[in-house]
Amino acid sequence: MNGSTHLNIGAVRSSFAPWADPAAKPLVRFEGVTKRFGADTAVNGVSLDIYEREFFVLLGPSGCGKTTLMRLLAGFDAPDAGRVLLDGRDLAGLAPHARPLHMMFQSYALFPHLTVERNIAFGLRRQGTSKAEVAQRVAEMIALVRLEGLERRRPEQLSGGQKQRVALARALAPPSKVLLLDEPLGALDRKLREETQFELMALQQKLGMTFMIVTHDQEEAMVVADRIAVMRAGEIVQIGRPAEVYEAPNSRYVADFIGDVNLFEGRVTGADGVTVRLATAECANGFEALEDDPLPVGATAWLAVRPEKMRLHVERPAAAPNLLAGKVADIGYLGDWTTYVVELTTGRTVRAARANTARIVERPIDWDDEVWLSFAPDAAVVLTR
Amino acid sequence: MKRSGLPALAPFLWLALFFLFPFLLVAKLSLSDTVLAMPPYAPRIDWSQGLAGVGAFLRGLDVETYARLGADRIYLVSYLSSLKFAGIATLILLLIGYPIAYGMSRFAQTTRQALLMAVILPFWTSFLIRIYAWIAILKPAGILNAALASMGLPALNILNTDTAVYLGLVYAYLPFMVLPLYAVLHRQDETLLEAAADLGATPLQAFWRVTFPISLPGVAAGALLCFIPMVGEFVIPDLMGGSGTLMLGRTIWTEFFANRDWPAASAVAIVLLATLMAPILIHQRRQARLLEGAG
Repeated sequence: MNGSTHLNIGAVRSSFAPWADPAAKPLVRFEGVTKRFGADTAVNGVSLDIYEREFFVLLGPSGCGKTTLMRLLAGFDAPDAGRVLLDGRDLAGLAPHARPLHMMFQSYALFPHLTVERNIAFGLRRQGTSKAEVAQRVAEMIALVRLEGLERRRPEQLSGGQKQRVALARALAPPSKVLLLDEPLGALDRKLREETQFELMALQQKLGMTFMIVTHDQEEAMVVADRIAVMRAGEIVQIGRPAEVYEAPNSRYVADFIGDVNLFEGRVTGADGVTVRLATAECANGFEALEDDPLPVGATAWLAVRPEKMRLHVERPAAAPNLLAGKVADIGYLGDWTTYVVELTTGRTVRAARANTARIVERPIDWDDEVWLSFAPDAAVVLTR
Repeated sequence: MKRSGLPALAPFLWLALFFLFPFLLVAKLSLSDTVLAMPPYAPRIDWSQGLAGVGAFLRGLDVETYARLGADRIYLVSYLSSLKFAGIATLILLLIGYPIAYGMSRFAQTTRQALLMAVILPFWTSFLIRIYAWIAILKPAGILNAALASMGLPALNILNTDTAVYLGLVYAYLPFMVLPLYAVLHRQDETLLEAAADLGATPLQAFWRVTFPISLPGVAAGALLCFIPMVGEFVIPDLMGGSGTLMLGRTIWTEFFANRDWPAASAVAIVLLATLMAPILIHQRRQARLLEGAG
């Protein structure tokens, strides 16, 4: 539950938190925005504030309405209800070409008949910038995204990564405060994607702009975001820093969507404002978890435990909280990590992950080995929905 | 993929039989002289003398007919007049065809198919019947003038004027303009227009900066597809034009059938073909590039 957010969560410390400052004015504001397409509700009553210089990520599976939300801001669609504000100004009725924000399209949408240079200059020329200024700004952009030497190429002569850079430079060239990026890295291969993630972050810092990005890739979201909004079926389920969303998910949906998780369903047998005890099918004695919200006895609740927070023992530990016994059903060796799938006596499986910190292991774990699992009370998150 | 054997030769045989051979016949005719005989030209190969006959025949060929074409202004005038008719008609076709193709490409899939059908449908009626229908509409006591009279407006004399020729050309060639334009316009990625709008282009600017330049291959294809055959068009100027309407198709017909000057008719045809070669070649190279782009 949310009671745990006051704890120090995650491995990252950041002093940038305008959303926590009640005096801060949001740059972009969605107010109860709803958008329907026929019988489908793509966006359902979404309210959202995005602050200046923030790197904001809309995360969700395809069809959750994240792209629609972005298109409402860009002006390609109009909301059926609610308001979209930029710098306090209602954008209703303002055509896309009159909105001072720019978008990088998922397909890049580069103009095939124009060279790299002229693609980048397109937005500047529409603003009536002088020729000399356009040339200067284009040169700056080309240097910024490292496209030197490709100025005269046409999009068809570029690689996927180069196209992505042109699209980025084109959207950045005309000055604006907000850059919208629709799945900006989706078409790149893994290595290039990881590199580009860090480049995007560096770029955003350097330009002091607000980035709003739409993605279905939770890893990408975790790396780049100041805050993530997790969406589901047109609604925002949770907004928070990457570490908050990961370590303190507010629902089973978020816990499951971001990263891997073991969920245990149970009934509350005791809650004292510090810990909660939960009787489950897996553990008759009941699990114990840190939770300051005194839940009513008898209520249904779930425990969410990340695989890397499961401790794996090859011998039965003398005293360990939340102990489970089982045997190894599957092993996934990833190099840096190994994931063990442990089948409990009840038949259900639990995942535990271990970092491979040593090259040579004294007692390796094999298939069908008998093992014990445990987790600390503060490693589990208690969820009520 | 490499093909071999007879199937690979088939297109070449076809072209040799139905294009190259007739072309050589016409070229030979254009180098002959007019005589009062049947057939009305000389020299002819005297096969009975073997190779010597062929030699005599070749020595008998000359470019005198072409010199005649240069000397008589009527050929140059009708050639330029043909270019003018075809050029102006192509412009009118573009001005009418582009909005039609653009409009069609903006409709939903089902409507689009119905509209496409409407463009193609006239092809199912004989071309001549459609031209005769126009004559029935435009003739002095025709449908148009009856309609004008019923509204109390003065009658229009359109038939047998240049206006009627333009009307006929534009009517007959419109599908050839609309279809290639439609092909490029409906294939165009709509996100490009969104990108243009996002970068500050008004809808009009987006059209001129994005849609139109990207559709230029279609414009070129449509223009050449109409212009080339229109230069040599015969039926429309003959049936709808006036006695003063000068077009090469008619000139060739007059030389051939009225003046029985086969060499002159052939020479005109050869000159026409030669001057249209450049746009035809450009068109084919463009088409090849388009096909490569699509594949």
